[in-house]
Amino acid sequence: MEQPALTADPARLATAVRRGERRALAEALNLLDDRRPASRRLAADFLRHLQEGQPGDPGHLIGMTGPPGAGKSTLTAALIAVWRRRGLRVGVLAVDPSSPISGGALLGDRLRMKTSADDDGVFIRSLACRGEFGGLSAEVWPMSLVMLAAFDVAMIETVGVGQREIDISRMCDTTCFVAQPGSGDSVQFLKAGILEVPHVLVVNKEDMGAVARRTLSELGTALGRAHTDGNWEVPVLSASATAGTGIDALADALTRHREVLGAGDRLRARRRRYQAHWILKRLQEEFGSHGVGQLGGEQAVLQQLASRDTSLFEQLESLRQTLLQPGGKHA
Amino acid sequence: MSETVKRDRPWLMRTYSGHSSAKASNELYRMNLSKGQTGLSVAFDLPTQTGYDSDHPLARGEVGKVGVPIDHIGDMEALFDQIPLDQMNTSMTINATAPWLLALYVAVAERQGVDPKQLQGTTQNDVLKEYLSRGTYIYPPGPSVRLTTDLISYTVENIPKWNPTNICSYHLQEAGATPTQELAYALSTAITILDAVRDSGQVTPQRFPAVVGRISFFVNAGIRFVEETCKLRAFNEMWDKLVQERYGVSDEKQRRFRYGVQVNSLGLTESQPENNVQRIVLEMLAVTLSKNARARAIQLPAWNEALGLPRPWDQQWALRMQQVLALETDLLEYGDLFDGSPVIAAKVQELIAGAEAEMTSVQEQGGMVQAIESGYVKRELVKSHTRRIRDIESGDLKIVGVNCYTQTAESPLTAGTDSGIMKVDVQAERDQIAALQAFRANRDQAQVDVSLAALRAAALGGDNIMPCSIACARAGVTTGEWSEVLREVFGEYRAPTGIDIAMAGQVGSAAMDEVRARVRRTSEELGRPLRLLIGKPGLDGHSNGAEQIAVKGRDAGFEIVYEGIRLTPAHIARAAQEEGVHLIGLSVLSGSHLELVEDIRAELATIGASELPLIIGGIIPEDDARQLLTHGVQAVFTPKDVDMNAIMNKLVDIIRRSNGLEALA
Ligand code: B12
Ligand SMILES: Nc1nc2c(ncn2[C@@H]2O[C@H](COP(=O)(O)OP(=O)(O)O)[C@@H](O)[C@H]2O)c(=O)[nH]1
Ligand SMILES: [Mg+2]
Repeated sequence: MEQPALTADPARLATAVRRGERRALAEALNLLDDRRPASRRLAADFLRHLQEGQPGDPGHLIGMTGPPGAGKSTLTAALIAVWRRRGLRVGVLAVDPSSPISGGALLGDRLRMKTSADDDGVFIRSLACRGEFGGLSAEVWPMSLVMLAAFDVAMIETVGVGQREIDISRMCDTTCFVAQPGSGDSVQFLKAGILEVPHVLVVNKEDMGAVARRTLSELGTALGRAHTDGNWEVPVLSASATAGTGIDALADALTRHREVLGAGDRLRARRRRYQAHWILKRLQEEFGSHGVGQLGGEQAVLQQLASRDTSLFEQLESLRQTLLQPGGKHA
Repeated sequence: MSETVKRDRPWLMRTYSGHSSAKASNELYRMNLSKGQTGLSVAFDLPTQTGYDSDHPLARGEVGKVGVPIDHIGDMEALFDQIPLDQMNTSMTINATAPWLLALYVAVAERQGVDPKQLQGTTQNDVLKEYLSRGTYIYPPGPSVRLTTDLISYTVENIPKWNPTNICSYHLQEAGATPTQELAYALSTAITILDAVRDSGQVTPQRFPAVVGRISFFVNAGIRFVEETCKLRAFNEMWDKLVQERYGVSDEKQRRFRYGVQVNSLGLTESQPENNVQRIVLEMLAVTLSKNARARAIQLPAWNEALGLPRPWDQQWALRMQQVLALETDLLEYGDLFDGSPVIAAKVQELIAGAEAEMTSVQEQGGMVQAIESGYVKRELVKSHTRRIRDIESGDLKIVGVNCYTQTAESPLTAGTDSGIMKVDVQAERDQIAALQAFRANRDQAQVDVSLAALRAAALGGDNIMPCSIACARAGVTTGEWSEVLREVFGEYRAPTGIDIAMAGQVGSAAMDEVRARVRRTSEELGRPLRLLIGKPGLDGHSNGAEQIAVKGRDAGFEIVYEGIRLTPAHIARAAQEEGVHLIGLSVLSGSHLELVEDIRAELATIGASELPLIIGGIIPEDDARQLLTHGVQAVFTPKDVDMNAIMNKLVDIIRRSNGLEALA
């Protein structure tokens, strides 16, 4: 007999997601992807249930970013293997570019993350960054909350083109930048301050030899600035996703950064602050600075988002509704 | 005809065949030999080609289907029963497991009392094109090249009349390659392999020209037969220059471009299949007309190529085409017909220039292995094939009976109770498994263990893989065991899919715009972009259809999940659920569609995703299509569905129906 969709009952869906039930996870992610107004309301409801039922602030949200072809997907696959060996369950959101013409997309990262079909401890969802929202698709943030609720480690792989990398660091606990040997771009971006300083830097493909070592040393010197995360010194690592070298050390560095962030109020406040920035960006993209102006300007919005205790997704939705009202002046 | 007319000796005439079991295939071979066929060409089933025993879960539905299953020396012995190997010229289409099948062949020769030095034949043994087209690779490119070079080095010393590798451009054309690409990638592959043999130090510099002299090619001949003749002349010229300049081979005999042919099958159609006979004959002209670029061996597909496997009568017809050309016509009485033709010479030079430019590009990327690993070559092939498909759709490329002159009278050819194709007995798989298990129970396990340990040591240590493989063959090791040891040492590989091509020339046609509008509208009504998972379950390596549907689907506005070939039903079902797709589209051309659909439906039920609609495309006979449709499959597509826009519209319709949306006008 066919099981009824869980989506109709947000509370039950939230419980099932927290238990890590795969079918529930899939349905929850589908719901968060759904732009119909009725679904957005259900989604807000669901996320509220999800967060209410959550003790503390579990999990580790890691962003993998870097130029196309640097090996983010392959490295993610290698990290998945390490996490699994350490008994941790992993959820992945992989973002691919979409065609500006048709809106269609090939979701290819999954191919590199080949996992065993009978491992319940891994769940991969691919996403297209859909035209209007640049580097990260708008749905990634709420989806990351689902992954965090269900898995010990949640990873996000982004398209990773230039400026957009800032998006991911606005959302994750730990941002890892994957550099391609021989490509000077990342070094230049870092020096010029275009690239937000990541928490962990890794030069992949060390099996390429000298060229990888050169990039490693260049990146080290480009990292003049201390990280804004207080007493965190950014490690610059070397690894090979295909040869499987340096992966454990990379995993260790990521985990160490998460430990530095601590737990409880401090972590919660950080996540909320980061997410508030991200929401502001979404509002700016959808309604322009004019729209944000109508809400009282950037600072007011940030303050409001950071202080109120309702779920951020609900706040985002209600701000959107304010601007979308016929009374709202958005054209 | 006067007695004094001197005729050239005709080429080797072969029929690519094998099915069900070693015993059944042996009967078929002996019958073909009695009909005047002059060599054997063995087709192995997919488990044998991909290194699984017949009772492996991944082999389900594939045993004995598209070729003969060979699990151990007993099967190989039965395959050549009453066929004296010292008198036979045997071509084996085998790649990832080539060292193993050659080891079995040698061990059988020993049992027949034949000295391996007398053996004649060919192992295809070209794994690089497997990553690009044919799909039966197992290990990563590096270790695969090593196995290839081990086999070559071994035979040069120990089986001197053997053709150790057949560098294949045939399969590249079947995956969409242009003549220029065929030339460039085949010759780049030859360079990679010869360099590897030279650098392995297994062959002395004095013997190296002999290695070069043993390299042969397996080439395609398409319907543009004038251009194809020129391509073969270009091959001649380029190879001659290459082996002199790069390897310093001076002996003219060792420089000769020796090749066998299978003519183009990609262009053979399901609609009006009788037209395929004309196509096959014209394509054969391309590789026979020019004496200086004539094939050494030819095998032809049958008229029913796009319908399913050929029956003995269909293969006999194909063989007779060759015999009529060689024996009845005056072709073999003349010297080269094209020498001195400025038209031909100009075309040859044009092809050479294009191919040299592409070879330089590959060299600049570090060589063929790097250009394969990065996905470059595969993308180039997918691009070419996409262009071909678009030209067929637009009518720029005419295919009689498909996009023009489509009216037809009822065909008597497909009217029989077997619908005009070969049906493989489903009992064959069960029998093979029972026999394999009996064989395992009766062998000396200690001997097997020792031989496998020696194999592992050679794989790890770098000793030539052949001697210990031959010892394994004698000891009764199975195909799966041999392959598994090397899997453990070398690891497994997944090749790039090549579908991430840049979208060139997106001048939308009206039909395309309409498809996009339907996709967009349905996405809006369902609240999120339409998602399609394209799945290739089982051991089938035919990826063209899946790739083209993926590329088209993206153009139409779908979000596409495609992970390449050879996935288990469990993997596909779970990926569909994780990715939240609206539709699963399977592509199966190997004939195991009934078993695979059943398995995938069972997997979907297990994970609570039975509501996901399922469609399938590929070589699906009508009876099977009816059966699938009554078992919950929403649509079946076959090669005669060439209108890609119509396919896309149908996918949208199915998604709408299964989500309770009203049909679009
Ligand atoms: C090209 C080809 C090859 C190429 C494949 C290259 C590649 N990477 O794809 C090469 C040369 C490598 C090859 C090899 C083999 N082949 Co082959 N091959 C063909 C051939 C000639 C054409 C198939 C093709 O690509 N057509 C073009 C594409 C675009 O069409 P299509 O896949 O049919 O897809 C269309 C529709 O079917 C549909 N569709 C298909 N899939 C899907 C999926 C979805 C979601 C949708 C919506 C639609 C859809 O839409 C497409 C649009 O028109 C066919 C015969 C024929 N003419 O059809 C034999 C054929 C499929 N091959 C066959 C065999 C036996 C083999 C081998 C197994 C032989 C052997 N023993 O070694 C090998 C091994 C391959 C392997 N690893 O599995 C048999 C299969 C027999 C059977 N089913 O009973 C066939 C039928 C030939 C024959 N009559 O013997 N082959
Ligand atoms: N040599 C080498 N190649 C790698 C390594 N990691 C990834 N690659 C290759 O780099 C290419 C791009 O990898 P992918 O993971 O898709 O990169 P992404 O675009 O950043 O996700 C693929 O061909 C990989 O096989 C590595 O450590 N060494
Ligand atoms: Mg990637």
